[in-house]
Amino acid sequence: MTWTAILALAAGTYLLKGVGPLLAGGRRMPPRLDRVVRLLPPALLAGLVAVQTFGDGRALTLDGRSAGVALGAVAVLLRAPFIVVIVVAMAGAAGFRFLT
Amino acid sequence: MPFLPADPDVRKAAVLGVAVGIYGLSFGVLAATSGLTLWQAVGLSTLVFAGGSQFAAVGVIAAGGAPIAAVASGLLLNSRMAAFGLALAPVLGGRLPRRMLAAHLLIDESAAMALTQPEPRAARRAFWLTGASVFVCWNLATVLGALAGGRLGDPEAIGLDAAFPAGFLALLGPLLDSRAGRLSAACGAAVALALVPFTPPGVPIIAASAGVLGGLLARRGPEPHAEGFVR
Repeated sequence: MTWTAILALAAGTYLLKGVGPLLAGGRRMPPRLDRVVRLLPPALLAGLVAVQTFGDGRALTLDGRSAGVALGAVAVLLRAPFIVVIVVAMAGAAGFRFLT
Repeated sequence: MPFLPADPDVRKAAVLGVAVGIYGLSFGVLAATSGLTLWQAVGLSTLVFAGGSQFAAVGVIAAGGAPIAAVASGLLLNSRMAAFGLALAPVLGGRLPRRMLAAHLLIDESAAMALTQPEPRAARRAFWLTGASVFVCWNLATVLGALAGGRLGDPEAIGLDAAFPAGFLALLGPLLDSRAGRLSAACGAAVALALVPFTPPGVPIIAASAGVLGGLLARRGPEPHAEGFVR
C-alpha cells in the first residue's frame, strides 16, 4: 500500500470526523434541529450494534458472535457491570465457536 | 474488582482500551503480513485512527485490489463519523486546536461513551478519557503486532468480535429510557439491517440515522434526560 493511499485515507477520514467538531463544535442547535440531533445517538448506536452483531460483509448471519452478543444482552438486562457484559459476550462467542 | 480504577467511566475507558488493543495487535499482524512496512502500519493507526477502515483498506490491498478502492471502502466505513460528530457537536466546543484534536479522537468508542452520558460535563470527560485510552492502546498494539508478525492467534477465537457490539449495547441502555429513544433505536437498527445485503459496508450505519424519524413520531411527553444530554 502506498503512502499516497494512506495519506488520502487519513485526510478523508479526518474531514468526516471534523464535520461535527470543526463546523458545529460548541454551537447550540436551532430547536427543530436540536430534537433531531438528540435522537441521533440511539438510532446510530443501535444501527452500529445491529450491523456488528449480524452483518458479515453484504450478508446477515447468525454465528458465534451473534450468540455472544445475545448472552451479553442478557447480562445488560440483568444490570451486570460493563466489564461483565463484555466478558460474558466474549466467553459466549468463544464457547459457541469451540463447541461448533 | 480491586485492580480496576474506581471511577466507572475511567474503568469503561480502560476496558475499551484493552479490547481495542487486542484488535490493534491483530491489525499490526495483518498489516505486516500484507506487505506494509512498520512505518506504514504506524502511519495508518496514528493518522487514520479508525480501526474498521484500516482493516478494510489493508484487506483490499492484501486481496490485490487497487489503492483507490482501499481508500474508497475505508472512507465509506468512516462516513458514520460525520453523523457521530454532529450528534456530539454541542459538547465538543472550545478553541480551534481543541476541536481539531477532538475530531481526530472521534471514533465509535469515544462517541458511544460520550453520547450516553446524562449531562454535557460528563459527556466531555467520557469523550476525552475514552479517546485517549483507545488512541494509546491502539497505536501501541499496532507496533507490537507489526513486530510480532504472524505469531499471534486469531482474536475471534477469544470472542473479541462480540465484545464491541455487547459493550455498545450496554452503553446504549440509558438512551432507551424514553419512548422516542426506543423508537429511534428500533428504527435505526431495522434500517441498517435491511440495507446490509444491498449496500456496501458503511452505508447501513450512516443510514441508521433515518431511525430518528421513528423517534420524532413519538408523542412529546414529560421526558427525563433520557433522549440525550444535549441541552
